Amino acid sequence: MTPTAARGLTWMRPRWLGRLRLPAQPLVRHLILALGGGALLYLLTVSLSPYNDFEVGEIALYVIALSGLSLLTGVNGQISLGHGAFMAVGAYATALLMTHTHLNFVIELLAAVAAAGILGLVIGIPATRLKGPYLAGMTLLLALALPPIADKWSTAFGGDQGITTTVPSPPGTVNPEEWLAWIQILGALIVLVLLANLLRSRFGRSFRAVRDDEIAASLSGIHVARTKVTAFVISAACAGLAGAFLGLSTGVVNTGEFPLTLSIQLLAAMVLGGTGTLMGMWWGAVLLVYLPQWSTSLSGDFNLGSGASAYLATIIFGVVLIVAMIAAPTGIQGGLRWAWRQVSSIGTEK
Amino acid sequence: MRQSRDTSIRSWARLLVTGALGVTLGATVLAACSSSPKATPAAANVPGVTANSISIGATVPLTGPAAPGYDEIAPAMNAVFGWVNAHGGVDGRKINYNYLDDGYNPANTATLTRKLVLQDNIFADIGSLGTPTQAAVQAFLNTQKVPQLFIESGCNCWSDPKFPYSSGWQPPYTIEGKILGSYMKANFAGKKIGYLFQGDEFGNDFVKGLDMEIPAASVVSRQSYDAATLAGPLSNQMAALKAAGAQVVAMATIPAATALAMLPAAAIGYLPQYVISNVGADTPTVGPLLSSFTQKGGGSAAQAKAATGLLNGVVTDAYFEPEADVSNPWVQVEKKLLQDYAPSLYAKSGLDGNTQYGIALAYTFVQALQKAGKNLTRAGLLAAIASSGKNFVTPGFVPLSYSSSVHFGFEGSQVIKLSSTAPPAVTPSGSWIGSTPVSPVEVTDLGAGPVTKYTGTTSTPPQSLVSTS
Amino acid sequence: MGLFVNITLDGIANGMIFAALALALVLIFRATRIVNFAQGAMGMITTFIASSILGRGIGYWWAFAAVLVIGFVLGALVERVLIRPLQGKSELNPVIVTIGLLVVLEGLAGTIYGNSSRGFPAAYSQSGLTVGHTKVAFSHFDVFILVSVLILMTGTLVLFRATTLGLRMRASAFAGEISRLLGVRVGLLLTLGWALAGVAGSLAGLLVAPTSSFGPYFMDLVLVYAFTAAVIGGLESPVGALIGGLITGLSISYVGGYLGSGLQPLGALVLLMVALMARPEGIFARPPARRV
Repeated sequence: MTPTAARGLTWMRPRWLGRLRLPAQPLVRHLILALGGGALLYLLTVSLSPYNDFEVGEIALYVIALSGLSLLTGVNGQISLGHGAFMAVGAYATALLMTHTHLNFVIELLAAVAAAGILGLVIGIPATRLKGPYLAGMTLLLALALPPIADKWSTAFGGDQGITTTVPSPPGTVNPEEWLAWIQILGALIVLVLLANLLRSRFGRSFRAVRDDEIAASLSGIHVARTKVTAFVISAACAGLAGAFLGLSTGVVNTGEFPLTLSIQLLAAMVLGGTGTLMGMWWGAVLLVYLPQWSTSLSGDFNLGSGASAYLATIIFGVVLIVAMIAAPTGIQGGLRWAWRQVSSIGTEK
Repeated sequence: MRQSRDTSIRSWARLLVTGALGVTLGATVLAACSSSPKATPAAANVPGVTANSISIGATVPLTGPAAPGYDEIAPAMNAVFGWVNAHGGVDGRKINYNYLDDGYNPANTATLTRKLVLQDNIFADIGSLGTPTQAAVQAFLNTQKVPQLFIESGCNCWSDPKFPYSSGWQPPYTIEGKILGSYMKANFAGKKIGYLFQGDEFGNDFVKGLDMEIPAASVVSRQSYDAATLAGPLSNQMAALKAAGAQVVAMATIPAATALAMLPAAAIGYLPQYVISNVGADTPTVGPLLSSFTQKGGGSAAQAKAATGLLNGVVTDAYFEPEADVSNPWVQVEKKLLQDYAPSLYAKSGLDGNTQYGIALAYTFVQALQKAGKNLTRAGLLAAIASSGKNFVTPGFVPLSYSSSVHFGFEGSQVIKLSSTAPPAVTPSGSWIGSTPVSPVEVTDLGAGPVTKYTGTTSTPPQSLVSTS
Repeated sequence: MGLFVNITLDGIANGMIFAALALALVLIFRATRIVNFAQGAMGMITTFIASSILGRGIGYWWAFAAVLVIGFVLGALVERVLIRPLQGKSELNPVIVTIGLLVVLEGLAGTIYGNSSRGFPAAYSQSGLTVGHTKVAFSHFDVFILVSVLILMTGTLVLFRATTLGLRMRASAFAGEISRLLGVRVGLLLTLGWALAGVAGSLAGLLVAPTSSFGPYFMDLVLVYAFTAAVIGGLESPVGALIGGLITGLSISYVGGYLGSGLQPLGALVLLMVALMARPEGIFARPPARRV
């Protein structure tokens, strides 16, 4: 094997670029990446229209929910089909505080995190005794069971019309969609940095160890149940914050926003984005936000009868899920990584 | 060797699928970002209005559990706009109606409504459906000063001084409850009454109206159901009503729930006098659902017979002429409009309560446009409705109530009884029991005002509408 | 008293339907250790096909039999095409694939059959039987539900306990490699397991449709309750599916009757959590031996 062949395509890269490295320490590294990403997103929102800003904000909020789910299901191996319920709890917590109290906005958001986290604890403890499909089914039931509670006690929870949410006024001449998007992007970046650090720490290693082999993990000193519950609580807390943000985007919090399909779409988007990854969740979030619009433009293009066209997007979504799982289970992020490895090793011998 | 060939096939498959996903992702993002507004503002800079077009939008459920029946309304509205456009439009402007599917999820409604307003620059949001969905965007639309008109919901919340750009169209549920309650008070005095209602705005507002008329002592049982988890028969509720001895049952139910209440009740031999909100009593919609009471199929005749048997004698109300009344000029006009301008819809659903609703609503909007005149602005549209809404020509039994302070449409209806001797409503799915009026047309308000007889006249369709060709 | 009796009878009838679908879930889990989230939707599609067949004027029992056969074929097809490629990989993949199938089937039903109102006839009269002087909430059709599900259960038990085929199926599920070495055609038997589950799912659809709002989503809640039933009974045991079904049916009937219909899923959740805390493997399952 010649030295040239071993280097592959790296001969194209200038030497000084090769010396550029991100700091080795995870926290600093993640902060720098977050700052860079934040700057990019800021520039993006400033140059886009208010409606696109609104969409970027929605993408950011779904990234939060999906990242938590990726941690729970991808890294820790616990399948959850009920994350819509945690989003609902977070959304209602924030909305109720906004209506009945005058607390600081950030505290109201943290309340969402706390409320959802508590539910995560309640569900996470029995969840430790369940294996994959059993847990999936139980969380499915959770997604169905929780929203009707708000309908039952409609005077407290606003019933059909729901509870209005208020975003704090934007400074100066910033338009409201842009302002909300910044808040949501900031939230997403904070969550991503925290989760990225967590995954690099011994917690992350415990999560993976428990996923791969519970008995071996237990034998090497990891408290399996505690690890699983921790993953659940963190994941639920992320979903709670995302739910609060969803309530802010929608303008109102009512049970119609948290149907079963939300929980299913969250899991699907997480998988399509790349199970277990964090950056892959951006792809998944984009899919979630653009699916309703894509469906209408698609039906317009095909000009089918009203019955056929409305469901076309649903069918395509399902087919994509099936095909992706069979042919490309690592999702978009996994595929990109694989493609990158292929490209950067062109010229090397395998 | 076989293994490496499998691996490389799988790798290529993975690359292909990832590439496809990525391309799809990029394409959707590009498509969504770059979709140009449907109409650039004209010289007067009114969004959605050009010299030869008006763009309006709406969010309605076209998929999902809320879609059955309601997905017919927007296409029926398009039949009216098709007729208008074929005859030169309003002041030379053709109407483009862009209705999007929100699946009855308010989060989708929020996104899609923002798309319509901020990106597609619609002139107004006309005929969007649902209370939770429209409540989610009411503040946004009013802040943006976009008319949110003729909302397809009977919530009391659409006539609110805080939200001057919003208005309703159909009779508010409380008014309907009062009118039916008044009938029950007069005709079922001394009988034990039970309620079955949907546990949301619709049911609660309807019951509020009932309670304003019916003495509390007569109500022996109040049963509710949750729309989101409605999957099977409401046997428990009907059993409870039977156990309480309710001889008359007032129902605020969607058509699916009406059937899921009447079927188990009939199964246990409980056949009270039903009084059902018009939301859940349109016979071509409810009839097929009741046909499962036949055995082993038995053909459409047997099914219709079973449905007729169960529905005969049911009391409900109507605020425009039911589709069964084929001699009525409005019904004839509506049928012709559908046949000419929405033939596939007509072939699928025929003229039923939903398509009639859509046609009447769209025609109301057309008149508002005509009244607003050539110099069309959003404020002008609202002013036109406030000043002239009462004089609009509609199939309704009472005129619209619009004024500068009232943003409700119809505030009256007529109590009718489903009767097997009346001419049936014929649709592509079969022949469904018709009705006869059992009270004069009545009006009332949302408050404690009395239910009074309406003494005015009904309008007939104008000649231009009748001579469609 | 009358109310309690009616609620109980209602619970039994519902419970039997949950048991039928739960049996389908059990059959699949025994064979391939997957929970088929699309089982309800498969039953939904076959029922729509039955509706089309009936619409052409063909007699009910012919449609009934035809649809059971179609369910058999559909189950086999799904296993071959969608599930076989996933063998041996992460347990998340089959969850997503079956959910994808659920979504596709609902979309197909919505597209082909549209959103129009329709009913589905029952095999027998739904009018309640008369006991003494009153009509109770149990009709001829409910008797048919009871009988048909019991026949299905008995058939399954007989197949597994008393036939060679059943023995081979159990062996394939329990120890695939060894069975293969002994000449058992494991792949074919796994497909057969899915096919039988398809029949059970079709039956469940035909039994539910007459009393529900017949549309693309009508089996969704049934699946969720059937899953609860299957888990309570132990995802490996047909008898457990029956007992679990009855427990679930009765529980949610009481919750619905005395607390309100919106709280039924919550009642099922509480039931599931209690059952799993008490006996995580289900009532009728053997605790698994774990290889360390």
